[in-house]
Amino acid sequence: MQMQIKNFDDLELAKKVGLTELYPDKPKILVGMATCGLAAGAQRVYDLLHKKAQQAHWDGVVEKTGCIGFCYKEPLVDAVFPGNPRITYETVTPEIAESLWMEMAAGKIPENHVMARLDVDDMILDGGPRKFYKGKLTGFLAKTPRYEELDFIKLQRHIAMRNCGFIDPDNLLHYVARGGYFPLYTALTAMSPEEVINAVTTAGLRGRGGGGFPTGVKWASCRKAKGWPKYVLCNADEGDPGAYMDRSLIEGDPHAILEGMLIGAYAIGSNEGYIYVRAEYPLAVKTLQRAILAAREAGLLGENILGSGFSFDIKLNLGGGAFVCGESTALMASIEGKPGEPRAKYVHTVDKGLRNRPSNLNNVETWANVPVIIGKGADWYREIGTEGSKGTKIFSLVGQVKNVGLVEVPMGVTIKDLVMQVGGGVPESREFKAIQIGGPSGGCIPKEHWDLPIDFDSLWEAGAIMGSGGMIVMDNSTCMVDVAKFFLDFLIDESCGKCIPCRLGLKRMREILEEFSTGKGSLADLDELESLSEAVKDGSLCALGGSAPNPVLTTLRYFRKEYEAHILEHRCPAAVCKALITYSINPETCNGCTACAAECPQDAITGEKKQPHTLDPSLCIKCGACFEVCKFGAVAVA
Amino acid sequence: MSVTFKSLENILERYPPSPEHLISALQDVQAKFNYLPAAAMTAVCDHLGVPLSRGWAVATFYKAFSLEPKGEHDIAVCLGTACHVRGGRNVYDKFRRDLDIANEEGTTRDLKFSLRQVRCLGCCSMAPVAQVDEEIQGNLTQRKAGHLLKMYRKR
Repeated sequence: MQMQIKNFDDLELAKKVGLTELYPDKPKILVGMATCGLAAGAQRVYDLLHKKAQQAHWDGVVEKTGCIGFCYKEPLVDAVFPGNPRITYETVTPEIAESLWMEMAAGKIPENHVMARLDVDDMILDGGPRKFYKGKLTGFLAKTPRYEELDFIKLQRHIAMRNCGFIDPDNLLHYVARGGYFPLYTALTAMSPEEVINAVTTAGLRGRGGGGFPTGVKWASCRKAKGWPKYVLCNADEGDPGAYMDRSLIEGDPHAILEGMLIGAYAIGSNEGYIYVRAEYPLAVKTLQRAILAAREAGLLGENILGSGFSFDIKLNLGGGAFVCGESTALMASIEGKPGEPRAKYVHTVDKGLRNRPSNLNNVETWANVPVIIGKGADWYREIGTEGSKGTKIFSLVGQVKNVGLVEVPMGVTIKDLVMQVGGGVPESREFKAIQIGGPSGGCIPKEHWDLPIDFDSLWEAGAIMGSGGMIVMDNSTCMVDVAKFFLDFLIDESCGKCIPCRLGLKRMREILEEFSTGKGSLADLDELESLSEAVKDGSLCALGGSAPNPVLTTLRYFRKEYEAHILEHRCPAAVCKALITYSINPETCNGCTACAAECPQDAITGEKKQPHTLDPSLCIKCGACFEVCKFGAVAVA
Repeated sequence: MSVTFKSLENILERYPPSPEHLISALQDVQAKFNYLPAAAMTAVCDHLGVPLSRGWAVATFYKAFSLEPKGEHDIAVCLGTACHVRGGRNVYDKFRRDLDIANEEGTTRDLKFSLRQVRCLGCCSMAPVAQVDEEIQGNLTQRKAGHLLKMYRKR
């Protein structure tokens, strides 16, 4: 049954009830069921545990939760036995889940497949940490590594992700139990809108969607703007390939975003909000729908919220699958039912945005930070991060790195620490080459610069941008010309076509790169590429075109030698560009297992069983299938 | 499924006649028919008071809309950056070869499969990935892609 939350007493009561659900007096099993968990098979694990618990009339709880960031260890299962630390189990298949269940049903905390233990739940919004047990740990529990000791966690600090992996995202009371909606109450009853804006400005919060514009300044301009109604918008059109923190936040803690928007709307003086969410994220859409309904039923969205006289409601808009709609004016056009073409921003959207009314757009992660700033105070928040970039940032650390996942670190951590410590480095026998930051508008930063602290300003100087926080680690098997080509392909596809420099310039740049990757082209083309890049940068209306040449410019700046190898030596050092590579079979190491011949779509590989095979290069289409299946390293590519 | 006024009624009555609802209404049509039949487009535009040309402008601008019937199974192969650096392109080409699709994207002649590219499904930890209908398939190789097709052909 849903509770009405109309005043402070209701809020306190909701928290009390929520806490008994969050940490009941009986054992609780949590299954991480965000999209990454589900992709790894968490649904089957959950179904199994749920069924077993029901059949056994088990006096305990089986519950789903969001993603805590350990994507490479999914599916994750947690056991919280009263009076004991919370234990996390890694890569839990249904078979492992079954064996875990046998022990847990017998009242035992399983000792196998353990990843780590959590001693203290650092409920940051609720006045302090809560320890799970008293006294000293014995037996295997004492030997299990603590969360904070894991390399992946050591440097991290979860602020935006504070509830992910702890609460059931569909349970409003869980959110309140961890201090949620209390900051909203504080803002509505004890602060003026100006004071709220001041707090956000003083905290130094900058937009997490890419640009890094000071959030408080944006809010203040929108508050000052003339026009009615005013709109508060949330950009959940997470289109940067390789970034998925917004999806994870929504799937793990949707109310943090709603609360952030509520506080922002109060500060700006708006009663209507929109969330523009990517339709490619079905679970995030459903989670948001459920959260909005729950908040409405509780009275936290609607009229006279918490008895303050302030009213606000939120509508959900699904994206149509266009990357450019992450741009503010294109996003607003799309909400109006039009093609998502950006317009020039001589007049800012805070003055004339959606339906030509004052509109304030912030990214998911930005909104999720707002309740913490109000709840803990601007000074508390300011302590974290660097001089110019305050707070934390969530990065998706992906690509050729061992520990793939979502990491939330204070601003100012170096690339090296992020890749080598948090990420555990690149896979064995490979070498770190570059990190790509900021999506298609960002750039590739090479090893020479990996001592660079990650904040808005240092990245800008290095030619990249923070972007939404996708960090793709590349090793020596990645070709930089190919990467530049990849991003141009993406941008050509996603360019809305309004400005000629972007629509045609990118195509011409792509043609030049194609020449390079087929061993044609000359050094003079390099100059043309650079001058075209500048033209596209200067001649495009929106940030998509304005930053589109970044991947080309940074790879040229840091990896010019690799370009030259393609042009002068007709060689692809990373062995990626198909026109410049050949596959062959080494007769010394080939044992004639026939796996490659069976897989070859061209029948280009022949040979007797248990005899070294041969590859006919005239038939080979360089699909790499043989390379992939050979377990003996006998297929060579150069 | 043929397009009748009856089959669209449920969708149209959800939206007040305002041009703002064009994208949402077309998304519902797409979800129902798996593509945008011309007759449905006319009905939606008439209902919302939008010129037909604007309807087509929106339908061709956004990737979410298809003007042709889609296959029974929808295969969306992720070609995001993380998937790209882990060999997603080779996996995509394998699907294309096995399904005998001439263009970059398309539908098989027997309407069994539609193949398309998507930029990031947000499952980068399992790159390269593809989404077949509702299910995410992770850590793909060319071989796994072949098995996957065999499995779905039998369904």
